[in-house]
This record gives sequence, C-alpha cells and structure tokens, in this order.
Amino acid sequence: MTLELRGITKRFGTLVANDRISLTVEPGEIHALLGENGAGKSTLMNVLYGLYHADEGEIFLDGVPQRFAGPGDAIAAGIGMVHQHFMLVPVFTVAENVMLGNESTGIAGTLDVDAARRRVREISDRFGFHVNPDALVENLPVGVQQRVEIIKALSRDAKVLVFDEPTAVLTPQETDELMEIMRQLKESGAAIVFISHKLREVRAIADRITVIRRGAVVGEASPTASNAELAALMVGRPVELTVHKEPAKPGAEALVVEDLRVVDDSGHVHLDSISFSIAAGEVLGVAGVQGNGQTELTEAILGLQHHVEGSIRLEGRELVGRSVRRVLDAGVGLIPEDRQVDGLITGFTIAENLMLNRSRSKPFNRMGTIQRKVLEQFANEKLVEYDVRAPGIAATAGQLSGGNQQKVVVARELSRDLRLLVAAQPTRGVDVGSIEFIHKQVVATRDKGVPVLLVSTELDEIAALSDRIMVLYRGRVVGIVPADTPRETLGLMMAGERPEGSAA
Amino acid sequence: MSTTTEIPVPANAEGIGTATSTRGLLKTPILFAVVTLLVLLLVALKSRRGETTFRLAVDTDLFELPEVAVSSTAGTTTMVVLLAVCTAVSAVLVSRGRRTPLWLIAVFSVFAMTGFLCWAAAGEAVPVIGLLGGSIALAVPLVFGALGGVLGERAGVVNIAIDGQLLFGAFAAALIGSMAGSSWGGLVAAMLAGAMVALALGFFTITYFVDQVIVGVVLNVLVIGLTSFLFSQVMAENPQGLNNPPHFSRIPIPLLGEIPVVGPVLFRQTILVYLMYAAVAVVAWALYRTKWGLRVRAVGEHPKAADTVGIKVNRTRYTTLLIGGLIAGAGGATYTLVAVPQFGREMTDGAGYIALAAVIFGRWDPIRATLAALLFGFATNLSGVLSVLGSPVPSQFMLMLPYIVTIVAVAGLVGHSRAPAADGIPYRKD
Repeated sequence: MTLELRGITKRFGTLVANDRISLTVEPGEIHALLGENGAGKSTLMNVLYGLYHADEGEIFLDGVPQRFAGPGDAIAAGIGMVHQHFMLVPVFTVAENVMLGNESTGIAGTLDVDAARRRVREISDRFGFHVNPDALVENLPVGVQQRVEIIKALSRDAKVLVFDEPTAVLTPQETDELMEIMRQLKESGAAIVFISHKLREVRAIADRITVIRRGAVVGEASPTASNAELAALMVGRPVELTVHKEPAKPGAEALVVEDLRVVDDSGHVHLDSISFSIAAGEVLGVAGVQGNGQTELTEAILGLQHHVEGSIRLEGRELVGRSVRRVLDAGVGLIPEDRQVDGLITGFTIAENLMLNRSRSKPFNRMGTIQRKVLEQFANEKLVEYDVRAPGIAATAGQLSGGNQQKVVVARELSRDLRLLVAAQPTRGVDVGSIEFIHKQVVATRDKGVPVLLVSTELDEIAALSDRIMVLYRGRVVGIVPADTPRETLGLMMAGERPEGSAA
Repeated sequence: MSTTTEIPVPANAEGIGTATSTRGLLKTPILFAVVTLLVLLLVALKSRRGETTFRLAVDTDLFELPEVAVSSTAGTTTMVVLLAVCTAVSAVLVSRGRRTPLWLIAVFSVFAMTGFLCWAAAGEAVPVIGLLGGSIALAVPLVFGALGGVLGERAGVVNIAIDGQLLFGAFAAALIGSMAGSSWGGLVAAMLAGAMVALALGFFTITYFVDQVIVGVVLNVLVIGLTSFLFSQVMAENPQGLNNPPHFSRIPIPLLGEIPVVGPVLFRQTILVYLMYAAVAVVAWALYRTKWGLRVRAVGEHPKAADTVGIKVNRTRYTTLLIGGLIAGAGGATYTLVAVPQFGREMTDGAGYIALAAVIFGRWDPIRATLAALLFGFATNLSGVLSVLGSPVPSQFMLMLPYIVTIVAVAGLVGHSRAPAADGIPYRKD
C-alpha cells in the first residue's frame, strides 16, 4: 500500500508543529524521517495515526483520500505504529495486549484468548521472535516488549508500519536485530516509515531520507550522504559532530567507590559489588542499556538512596551516610537524567532555578533574605555565558525548550566550585546545537581538573567524551575499558558479555 | 567477536530483581499473635462461667441439627490453642519467605470469632443462623456498593460517591416505590438514581478533569442535603403516600433452602439478595472473560495504550461508571424496600465508605471485594446480636466493631496491593 501525505499542517496555538509537509512511502520501501527532537516528526505521525487532526492537508492510501477520526480508523485502514513509549498494558499478557481493541469473541462477548495465542505464535514464528503469548508484558525485557508492539501492528494486517524512535531503548545488538526485522518486513511488502534522529541508523537502513526542521521539510537525502551533510541539513548549519579535546591529564585519584551495593525498599538489589575510581581531570563514562543501575549509581552518590553499603570517597572523605545537603557541600554537582523532574522547578523563574542549591548561603542569602539584586546580576551573567535562549531571567523554566532548560541546569551546576561532576544523560532530548555546547562544557570542566562521571545510554556520547568507559549490566560492572574500545565490543558488554583479558 | 566470553553469572545475579524483604509479609503473623493474645486475655482476666449454646437450626427447618453446647472457658481456651497454632504456621511460612494463604486467614478468623462468642455469650444461646443470615442481609448494600466501586476504579475513576449513590438510591426507591405502589418500580428508580450520581461524577471528572476525590465527596454532601431537604419538605407532608413503599418479602428457594445451615443462611432471603449473587457473578465474569471487561481494564491501566488501538477511553469510562452507578443504586434500595420500608435522613450511615474500603481490601477484584463486604456485614450484625444477648462489652464498643474491622483489615491484611495504574487520573489527549 502506498502512503502519501500531502501538505499536512498542524498548529498548536501559534506554534506551527507541521508546516505543509508532503511525503510518499511506497510498498517495500523504508523511508526515514530524520529530524531533531521537537522538529515535528512525532506530531506528523500522530496526525497520520488519527491521534491529532490536521488543520490542513490530506492523507492518501493507494491514492484514496482518508479521514481518520481516531486511531481506530487508521488501524482499520492498514496503518500500524510501533510507539516510542510502548503502548502496552504492563499487567496484561502478550496475548491480551495483542488482542486488545481487535478481540475475537465467542458467545455473549466472551474473549477467545486461544485465538489470540494462536495469532501471536503464528506471527512470532514467521519472524523468529520467540515471544510467549502467556507472558506478562511487565516481566519482559524491553527488546521483547518492542516485538510485542510489532506483533500487535501485524496482527491487525498493517500494510504501512511506522517506527517512532524505536532504537532509543535498545542495545546496539538489539538495534541490529530490529534492523533485520525491518528489512524482513520491507521484503514482505510493507511500507515502512522510520523516525529517528540517529544519523548512523538512518543511513544504515533507509531507502530514502526526508529531513524535517522546525516543522517543515527541508530536503531529501540519499542514504549515501555523509553524516556531516545530514547533520547540517537537520540543524540548518554546519555542525561539529566530533568533540575536540586534548588527551586527559589525569591527576590523583579523586573519587573512589568500593564494593557499592544498593538495595531498594522492597529488597531488590540494583547495584552490587561496584568498584571504580576516577582521577582528577578524567571523564569516566558509564555505558549500559537504560535500567541497569545507572540511576541508582548517581542517586547513591548524591545520598538519595536509602540502603547503601560500601564506600564512596571523594578526596578521602566518605560520602555514604551523608545527607544530600552535605554531599552538595562537599562539592558534588549533578546534572540529573530527567531535568523536568529532578533538575528544575518548571514553575519557578530561570533566576530562581539558577540558585536552587545555593539559596541558603551568601551571596544569595543574607540573614534569611534572598538578595534579589545579586541574583539578578548572577542570572543575567549566566544567561549570556551559557547561551540560554530565553525571553529573560524572569521567564519560567517551563517556557524554555528542552535544550535551553538543560543549559540552565548545566549553568547552575557548573557555576559552583566543583570537586566532582555527575552528568546523567546530559543531552537527552536536547537539540544538536545545544549538545555541542554541553559537550564542550563537560570537557572544559574536566580540563579544570574536576573528575567527571558521565552516564549516558547513547554510545556515541560515551565514546566522544570519555577517557575510560565502565559498562554496567544488571547492576554489576562488566568491565572498565579504554575509550577507544570498538563499538561492537562495547555493545556485547552492554549485553553482559565480558571481553577476554579485562578485569571487572 | 571471537575475543569475548560469556560473563560468568555470579551466584546471586539472580538476586537482582528477585530478592524480596519479609517486612511486608510479617504483618499477618503479628496481627494473628495480637488477636490470639487478646482472646487469651479475655479468658485469663475475666473468665466466665456457664455454657455457651450454638443453635444451628431454625424452627422451620426440615432437618433440624442439634444444638451444640460447650463450657465457656473450655471453648475459649481450645480456640486460643488453635489460634496459637495458626499463628505459628503463619510465622513459619513467612520465615520461609511465603505469604500467609487466604484460607489460613479465613480459618483463623472463624476460630477467633468462635472463641470470642464462647466467652461473650456464656450462659446464652447464640443463634448462628440468624447471625450469619443477618450478616448477608446487612452486607447487601455494601456488596452492591463495592461492585459499583470496583467497576468505576477498574476503568480509572475513583468513586468516593458510593455513599451518595446508596443514599440517593434509598430515597428514590422509597419515593417512587410508594408512588407507583410497586417495589420493583422502587428498585428501578433506585438504580436510575445511582446512575444519576454516577453521571454527575463522570461529567465533572471525565469531561472536565475535576479531581475525582473532591467531586465524590461533594456529591455525597450534595445528596445528603438534597434527600434531607426533600424528606422534610415533601415526604413529611404525606408519609403515607410518599414514604411507604411496598417491600420485598423473603422468598425461600425450594430444596436449596432446606440444606442445613447453608439453606436458611443463603437461600431464604429476599429477591435483592438473589440479585446480589447474580450481580457478583456477572460482574466477575464480564470483567475477566469478556471483550468489554478487557477494554475496561485496559482503560484503567493504560488509557493511552487503549486509545492507540482505537478504544474510546472516555466513553468506556462513562459507560462503566454508569453501570457501576446502576448497581450501587440497587444497593440503596435495600434500605427502603426490605426490612423497614421507609426512608430516613442519612440512613446509610456512611455505608458507602465501608463499601469503598471493601473495594480496596478486595484489591479491586469483584469476588474479593464481595467477601470483604460480607466480613463487614458480619461485624455489624455481630454487634447487634451481642448487644441483644447482653454481652459484657459496652454496646458503644460493639458499635465500633465494623469500623475497627475495616481499619484492621485494610491496614493489616491487605498487604501489597496494586490499584489500577490509571486509577484517579483523568485522560486527556495532550
């Protein structure tokens, strides 16, 4: 089935999320939609899927104009979507999730679960998925959950398949497997839309590439185009994709973690036997698939975890057992993994957010009173220094784009006298321009002699910034390897395989 | 990569994600121990003389079971021993990391109750049939209310307004039943009244995203005010014509009603009780075995996922809430169409909140919630029966019994329960 979008325009208030976007996807073709976060890719797909209604423009399937009042209509027309955030009910079984909305029933509306099981097995066998129809979705690994999403779409006889940032949660190996599945689907005649901001993947699999920026199509590219060309098209100016940095000049060991073990309230062990050290002026990258203990590691350092055993020493002083306040006073800076939740108070102004962790002492606080003049001056300086694009320091943090919000967090953390920087997912959901800037700041911090713990699920980011790389898998250290370790090796390590000859 | 080897999985790598603490499980044996001690204290501190008689039959039975008489002290002491055994079993299970099974909790409760009755009713006869049968009758509004609550919450709407649904149902049943001169008419009116409250709840919470708890509480207060006003201004003018509905009488079911103990307890009841049995079965079946039920549960767990497969989330929530309202309203009819066919101000006495507790105690499951409601009904009836028997416990304390049972049950026995993930969260499309 051929999918054609013609002149789709979608506005939210004054914001034009999609501006006259046109796109054609032929059967047996993978068409990549490349663009930064916030460029309007997801909005476009939500229009296609009937979740949003386009203000202008039309959708054609095999030349027939379509009107989708909701996802039900889109599904009936043969469109299937594999969502970035899986649309699966965690407490349902695979079969129940697959049949939901498309139930086969017996007498008086009784569910025919057997039919759903057969359907799951049949599709699962056809593509070699190995999915148990009776498993509870919440117990399945992320990669398998994604296959359930694919089965869900295929069980509805989807002819057009949309993959929305499908690799965000996968290991490199799982990504390769997904690519293989996508090729199989393409050969079976499906028209595939692949949404991504990852240049490498787009070039690897796409037959055609459409680049969108700020809601509008800015050009088509062929998969043979170079990374630099694609990035320039995506951002609108030439971008430096590689981070320039001098070789590290590591000093004395600054942060020493020994036998760290973190257990949560319900007794689950999240980290076990973690030992590593970071020298002053060194970046240690923590690689791993999301959910392998990275969050717990950063929280343990900050004093946010309750059941911590082992020791975390910063310049000889023990941090375990200290309150968060005292950990911060010891000179630890944190760029948290979710700025909206842990990094900013979105209803506060930029100025207020910039002094959140320093509101207790001079120069911002004198005898219990906030010094507004001092704060204003400080905030205005930081706005310029960290290139925060904002209407002013009195604007609330919630009004800013993701990249600018992150710059506010970075500005706050780096403008203190740091002894350790913990940066968790510092560029997640941030535009390429801001990524460039934040990466430079991380390197500059390192060059000032501060030890940096960098946690990221983006292997490219880890490789670009780290001096050494530690891989976490299921709460344990798989190995600590040099920064120039091949990507394939790192990928295997992220899946729990330890390279020969390395000591954990 | 040929240079890689499989990471040797450490012995306790399995432990990541599977190790559980016994802290949550410990609650049950501790509660058991406390109850055992309390019963022991009763015998030890205030031993009572005489025999306690348990009457297991009523006069109209076809086959009469004999009365069982035991010495009060001996009976209670025996039960204390049995309670201690149960406590020990539970403690052993928990020390092995297993949870206390439901049947053990049930057995323990029966022992505890028998021990207490042996002590409290020394020198008297305990009408076992009346105690149990009355419990069912008293539990009817709670069961209907809890079923309505389960439905709403499974679809993602917290229903604090169960009490309002019961009260409005009771009022409508009395008024319409009297006017129509038909108890069936009253029942239908009660169900519609319950649905009206549900509609109001849905209108504010589903369509306008108002906080569900607040709307629920406000609706309860509104219904109290409205029914009290209409009661004093309208009904009081003409109680004969407007507050005098014909009531449902007991209908013994042939054969089933003749089974010893079970028959008189379960099958010599009014039509409302039989409707309750049917409602429990139908709701449980519909929720777990039908397409409709699957969709309702999906909407309560992950509305966005339901939306993306073409299910109309808010429409599903409305219909489920309305069906729940119909059921809860039927519970309200019990107040005015059964024993005393007359409406009175605030006559539900907060039963809707007990039904809400039954929803949570029953972990949002219709069968478990029904059992919880039956337990509360039993506690209520027990306090009544004991005050008639002249128990040594002051009657004010006995009146507190159902509420104490509620708190102990919810806090001590529920354990870790998981509400539907989207319960209480309005669904809006971005």
